[in-house]
Amino acid sequence: MMFKLKNILGTQCLTEDDITTILDTVDSFKEISTRPIKKVPTLRGKTVINLFFEPSTRTRTSFEIAGKRLSADVINIVGSSSSAVKGENFIDTALNLEAMHPDIMIVRHALSGAAEMISQFIECPIINAGDGYHEHPTQALLDLYTIRESKRNLEGLNVVIVGDIAHSRVVRSNIYAMKTMGMNVKLIGPPTMIPLEIEKMGVSVGYYLEDAIPNADVIMMLRLQKERQSKYLLSSIREYSNLYCLTSKFLEKAKDDVLIFHPGPVNRGIEISLDVMESDRSLILNQVTNGVALRMALMYLVLGGNNDRTN
Amino acid sequence: MTVLIKNGRVIDPTNDLDEPKDLLIDKGKIKALESPGKINIDTGEKQSIIDAKDCVVCPGLIDMHVHFREPGFEYKETIESGCRSAAAGGFTSVAVMPNTNPVNDTRSVTEHLLSLAKTKGIINVYAIAAITRNLAGERLSEMADLKDAGAIAFSDDGRPVMNNELMRRAFEYSKMFKLPLIQHSEMLDLTEGGCMNEGIVSTELGLKGMPAEAEDIMVYRDIALLEKTGGRLHVAHISSKNSVDLVRQAKSRGLSVTCEVAPHHFTLTDEAVRGYDTNTKMSPPLRTISDVDAIKKGLKDGTIDIIATDHAPHDIVDKQVEYQNACFGIVGLETALPLSLKLVDEKILSMSELIKKLTSTPAGIFNLSSGNLSLGNDADILIFNPNFEYSIDISKFHSKSKNSPFDGWKVKGKVIRTLVRGKTVYPTIEN
Repeated sequence: MMFKLKNILGTQCLTEDDITTILDTVDSFKEISTRPIKKVPTLRGKTVINLFFEPSTRTRTSFEIAGKRLSADVINIVGSSSSAVKGENFIDTALNLEAMHPDIMIVRHALSGAAEMISQFIECPIINAGDGYHEHPTQALLDLYTIRESKRNLEGLNVVIVGDIAHSRVVRSNIYAMKTMGMNVKLIGPPTMIPLEIEKMGVSVGYYLEDAIPNADVIMMLRLQKERQSKYLLSSIREYSNLYCLTSKFLEKAKDDVLIFHPGPVNRGIEISLDVMESDRSLILNQVTNGVALRMALMYLVLGGNNDRTN
Repeated sequence: MTVLIKNGRVIDPTNDLDEPKDLLIDKGKIKALESPGKINIDTGEKQSIIDAKDCVVCPGLIDMHVHFREPGFEYKETIESGCRSAAAGGFTSVAVMPNTNPVNDTRSVTEHLLSLAKTKGIINVYAIAAITRNLAGERLSEMADLKDAGAIAFSDDGRPVMNNELMRRAFEYSKMFKLPLIQHSEMLDLTEGGCMNEGIVSTELGLKGMPAEAEDIMVYRDIALLEKTGGRLHVAHISSKNSVDLVRQAKSRGLSVTCEVAPHHFTLTDEAVRGYDTNTKMSPPLRTISDVDAIKKGLKDGTIDIIATDHAPHDIVDKQVEYQNACFGIVGLETALPLSLKLVDEKILSMSELIKKLTSTPAGIFNLSSGNLSLGNDADILIFNPNFEYSIDISKFHSKSKNSPFDGWKVKGKVIRTLVRGKTVYPTIEN
């Protein structure tokens, strides 16, 4: 089927068919990264701009590698070295970059709605690489791909997402995508970190980790975003860790084939213990590996796709 | 100059009038109101006749809550441009909020504003002065001096008075001047960093919410203080269901509390924020449908006394940015009438009740002589066609700023002519 979306601003606007097409497309790109020569000419002559107004290691590198393995010319622009520090309006920055005729812009911004806003001003396709607490669609899609690799079918799976729900764009993108694919989502965290009325998104909410574990097929731990915490949300990191750190003791009650996810970067020992991170149930590094393939697939699809995608 | 306004439906709530009448203006005053056809004048150099067929003829509208940005932010609005915007919206009197630069917290600024208004303004401009010096919430302004210079009320609008003791003393002190305190009710510690109503929409959009309780708590506090001290409280731009209930209860206890609502708070909900249009960002924020319903109920039962626009012009530079970084507020003067007329269409208010909330009631609260068509009064008059349908076009606004979420809305009710002291100020300006 033809993929019709010009921009990937979020998973909220993706249909089940869209998501299935994306995940199916990842399969054929994944193998490229295991070749001795990790490069195909799919996007030769195309220009990809990584426009990152917020610090990022994993996502920026992943997009950069994805673009380069498809033979695109990838340009990285980082907030601290861009004209944003000279006070340039970010719309002007985007318009100026568009004037240089890129083929895709990857946008990361600390404030919600930024990618959607830019999309109203420029014609170039945009992939949202995370906007504030709103959406991070490529993370959710790579999570779904990684789950599907292990579980085959997504429908009916029980996913538990644990931690600072309020300040997580990963959560919102995963809720939209997982609900679209027929999965059940339960959110666990202290009430100070559960945003108002989130049940209306079709999820259930709980406060205690142990209650959610026995039924879970997937447990996704979120990073405690220490830099984003107002001082009133937590009593202490120690207490947070006592309540929500995923340790092997918690896992005793879990299903044998439970999968453990974390979007990274991890605060070791705060939200997940080292032994759990390193256990065979943890797919944290698979997520990262699949992230490259997912982003290759997405760039390919956004630029229209063609039949000889991997040769 | 003599002007005869013929064939209109004259509505004057103060005099309980709603019927076809001809209205005669002489030397800027209302001279006669008679049955159609009874007054006859010839047209000539000093005499004109306005045909108001199909139109309502009523007192010019009064908006007690506008920001004209002068001095200090003239790139957003000036007294001159603000007055033109008001005239285009059917308003003949406005009161300007003190959050200019410098703040209107001293006699000299009040006098400057009022003298600017005299020379540049085509409508009546009243000044609201600050409750506290520099809106800093630390020391009372010189209210006696400010009143003497012409201030008609006090407000730290946009910078609510957070300190309880200071607010208590402000009520006590202002009591001797018999002027109301206008509060922008918002507990700032509950809304820090917030940019829209807190609820499912803010949760989905990932924007920090401003809970309705931030408004409710301050409304309650002010009512509690007022009950102790006496004085007068006017709650600005009420937006939440519980705040409307609090004002209703306070009124039933006989307290001197009044309140206003802005048209956007009974025409839009926080659903409008989806898509991150920064013209949906205002404070208080757009709330939920149950709040809108409560506001309509409050308008109907009289809990909400008046409609005021909170006209808050912002340049595109302040609005074409990330949602969280955008300034709060929208322009309101040129959309207020058609948006308010929806209340008549929805049978929440009669035409006369609506006009009352836009004319005589605000005049009463702020002790202005205008807002009615009594014989001998200044002829501040609005002529509008309530059934004229059109699309709102922000590019046609007379305001310097175009920040409105209502662009393209199909509405009913068009200002045909606005007169101040018998002279037309819209659509043309008579010398």
